[in-house]
Amino acid sequence: MNIVVCVKHVPDTEAQVRIRADGTGIEEGGLNFVLNYYDEHGVEEALRIKERLGGTVTLVTAGPARAVEGLRAGLAMGADAAIHIQDPALATLDHIGIARVLAAAIKAVPHDLVLCGKLSTDDNAGVVGPALAEFLGLPQATAVTKLDLGEGKATAHREVEGAVEVLELRLPAVVTVERGINEARYPSLPGIMRAKRTAITARTLADLGMSTPPPAHVELLGLTPPPKRQAGRRIEGEAPAVVQELVRALREEAKVL
Amino acid sequence: MDFTLNEEHRLVQSTVREWATTRLLPRAAEMDRTGTYPRELIRELGDMRLTGVFVPEEYGGGGMDTVSYCIVLEEIARAEAALAAVLSVNNSLDCFPIHAFGTEAQKRTYLPELARGRKLGCYCLTEPTAGSDAASLRATARRDGDHWVLNGTKIFVTNGVEADVLIVYARSGGEGPRGISAFIAERGDPGLSVGKIEHKLGIHASSTCEIVLQDCRLPADRLLGEEGKGFTVAMATLDGGRIGIAAQALGIARASMEDAIAYAKDRRQFGRAIAEFQATQWKIADMATRIQAGRLLMYRAAWIRDQGRRHTQEASMAKLFASETAMWAATQAVQIFGGYGYIQDYPVERHFRDAKITELYEGTSEIQRLVIARNVLGAPEHAAEPARGA
Amino acid sequence: MSAATDVWVVVEHAGGRARKITYELLGLAKTLAGSMKVHAVVAGRGVAAMADDLAIHGAQVVHAADSPLLEPYTTDAHAEVVGSVLKAAAPGLVLMGSTAVGRDLAPRLAARLDAGIVTDCASVAVEDGRVVATRPAMTRKAIARVAFGDGTRIAVVLPNVYPPAPADSGRSPEVVTVPVGLDANAIRTRVVEVSAIKRETVPLTEADIIVSGGRGLRGPENFALLDRLAAVLGAAVGSSRPPVDSGWVPHDYEIGQTGKTVNPQLYIACGISGAPQHLAGMSGSRCIVAINKDSQAPIFGIATYGVVGDLFEILPLLTDEVRKLKGSSPGGDRQAATSDAGRTAGG
Repeated sequence: MNIVVCVKHVPDTEAQVRIRADGTGIEEGGLNFVLNYYDEHGVEEALRIKERLGGTVTLVTAGPARAVEGLRAGLAMGADAAIHIQDPALATLDHIGIARVLAAAIKAVPHDLVLCGKLSTDDNAGVVGPALAEFLGLPQATAVTKLDLGEGKATAHREVEGAVEVLELRLPAVVTVERGINEARYPSLPGIMRAKRTAITARTLADLGMSTPPPAHVELLGLTPPPKRQAGRRIEGEAPAVVQELVRALREEAKVL
Repeated sequence: MDFTLNEEHRLVQSTVREWATTRLLPRAAEMDRTGTYPRELIRELGDMRLTGVFVPEEYGGGGMDTVSYCIVLEEIARAEAALAAVLSVNNSLDCFPIHAFGTEAQKRTYLPELARGRKLGCYCLTEPTAGSDAASLRATARRDGDHWVLNGTKIFVTNGVEADVLIVYARSGGEGPRGISAFIAERGDPGLSVGKIEHKLGIHASSTCEIVLQDCRLPADRLLGEEGKGFTVAMATLDGGRIGIAAQALGIARASMEDAIAYAKDRRQFGRAIAEFQATQWKIADMATRIQAGRLLMYRAAWIRDQGRRHTQEASMAKLFASETAMWAATQAVQIFGGYGYIQDYPVERHFRDAKITELYEGTSEIQRLVIARNVLGAPEHAAEPARGA
Repeated sequence: MSAATDVWVVVEHAGGRARKITYELLGLAKTLAGSMKVHAVVAGRGVAAMADDLAIHGAQVVHAADSPLLEPYTTDAHAEVVGSVLKAAAPGLVLMGSTAVGRDLAPRLAARLDAGIVTDCASVAVEDGRVVATRPAMTRKAIARVAFGDGTRIAVVLPNVYPPAPADSGRSPEVVTVPVGLDANAIRTRVVEVSAIKRETVPLTEADIIVSGGRGLRGPENFALLDRLAAVLGAAVGSSRPPVDSGWVPHDYEIGQTGKTVNPQLYIACGISGAPQHLAGMSGSRCIVAINKDSQAPIFGIATYGVVGDLFEILPLLTDEVRKLKGSSPGGDRQAATSDAGRTAGG
């Protein structure tokens, strides 16, 4: 089984985020970057499938030079090969554009199953997975918590609002994984040594036949810190009235219910 | 001179830090309170080969260098110091001598399971009357046909309660260092038993006990290295072990500093965070500086060892400085926490108790000073042979 | 300011009724459409019957795609049918809900239509002639403002942000029947079964709502009060340090300096005094409710809503009130849609 896992190298979610003074992004200096938490689960799932059914696990990432460390972390977990798409034009692409780029790279390698994390923790967009499926012309299952493979098909469990849906899908397919699907392994020291020795395939957009990058249809105008804490108020009175007022306020003012 | 960690060292660091923060740190207080650790942690460490960091891959180890080893131990100790002690003994005091001085058969028998954490090792050198003066040890080893028979009592054996593999030093010949031989014993060997279990000031979760040898019969192939060369094995082992202890000490120092910083930023008195007061800031500045200095001494010793060169002096300097830094930093941290620093709900009193051992074992600070002085003054008495198989 | 374009809503429905998010999107669509038209596209089986209800809530044109092959939802069937409708219409703005279906379908449609897409929109508005959305970013440590370019724009909107559109029974829709030419063999996924789940606890660091207890709960058995409230809220349960130290709850409940840092949308602190060590772990919560008998408790200094009272009295009442709000089953939304629609229609 040839499994391709799309991964992204993102800031550690534990990190303090400092927004650049001009609001155009975050200060990257001093930030610790890691493999996207959901992608770790994707890599782990791929490795488990490989352990059961044999095959290869290839990682793909589109990102700047530092993204190679994310690939090494995945290789250290046990992946066999990695493709690093690096190009200055990547910074101009939106998520749909990134999906096109990944699709171009994946089309060039054998793929029976493509795994992605359901979203990446930097922008929480969740767009690339399904868009990638569209560009690869493959069926998809999103936010999967359990994946079983059979002959030419897979069975995926997904949580939809308040229920679990069991979906059968034809392979090859794109599956985006949700936390809870597995517990990702830690790389071992021999794994880290092997990762160091594994050659990573480099690709530019031109290599992928995309010398003209697709134009972005959305633009980040700016980042701001979340709104400051408003001064609170006391809700007073008899318990039943207080509760009613509280629920009303939570629903209509704070909009958290 | 490139002072940066290379890509693979960074990956080792981030991997071990992640594991230690998620799997070890939340259990640290409880481990200290109960004096035990969950055995599954050893299995997880074994899966990552952290129980045999520098054992070559062909023997089932991590195949990494001493710098990686230092990184591993510092990250583990930052989360919890006792497990770092367990690991350092297994790596430096068991895997190393077997790999450096063992026969091929001994390496194939013991290294894979030690390196993968499936068996745990310990080191039996110290006796009631032989501590700093290790060469005066009295345990005996008498040849009897194709066996050795060992008699004696070893104390302060870390991992002694759980260990499956024991490196034991006993006198097979005459007086002094040249009469000592090293042996590999196994749990279950006849005449080998665990004696008194010690209750310590700190690193509670690691077991420390007496090992009693009463006509302990070992097959002849359990001799480790040449007869009469046991002291050489012990000293060579300590060179690497001391670098490991430096790493453990730096981990404790760093834990002290990081916990103190977090507290100082949060604690408000006189209308300000105490991190804004100069007295606090100077303590933290000194902590950071000394930790950085200790780390540089440690990495340099590790690097020289990885070059295959003699590093006795550098290892002693690293251990001396790092251990004294740990004790001092932990004391400062308690001071910064004030009254809360004395309360067991907060981690710094544990760092304070854990730090002390680093100034004592694998050679007290006094012994380290002796070793350094002898090397600097040019008259080394117990010169270690160049490290083999590092 | 209006978008100067027709606004389309992709309808999400269950059991023959539109889901609550659809009414929220219809309300938003009306505001954004201004004098232009609001369209609803609904795909499923027997969906033409929803047209009147959609019109009452603001859809001026209802595109109904009716086929057994569209029920239950599958990506292939809906991407094909809804995608074709949208491709032919080339709308300027399409609104979808950030739900399991929405998150599955919207990006696929965006790829198919080469559209701009922004997910998890907390707001969608027109500024200086451009459609601009705001959304949380960096695990809610920042807010991103994103502008759409020209062409088809898909905004996937968070539920519970916009109010549902009011009902106006005077409206009747223009209904467009969408021909569905689906090849059953071309649908590559199959729903084998759907089973309702007992609500599982979400990890604290991922939870949108947390109900948390402190020393004021007096004993471990009283955490059951929090569990019941959490069950109706779909919340995770946490605690401050004292209950952990006293052995009432396991260590992984702890929120604070020696525990976890959380940033949920709603944090309900029950019997928690608000020591700095605890606040360090939860002060990033968007909305904080504090329930404590002690009016001097420091927690009231950061609470959005402070209730000085007896939590043993308040919590059961609060649990009942929330349960009434959400409908009676953990499956929640499907029934809630019915009861909400009832309420909305009633005015």
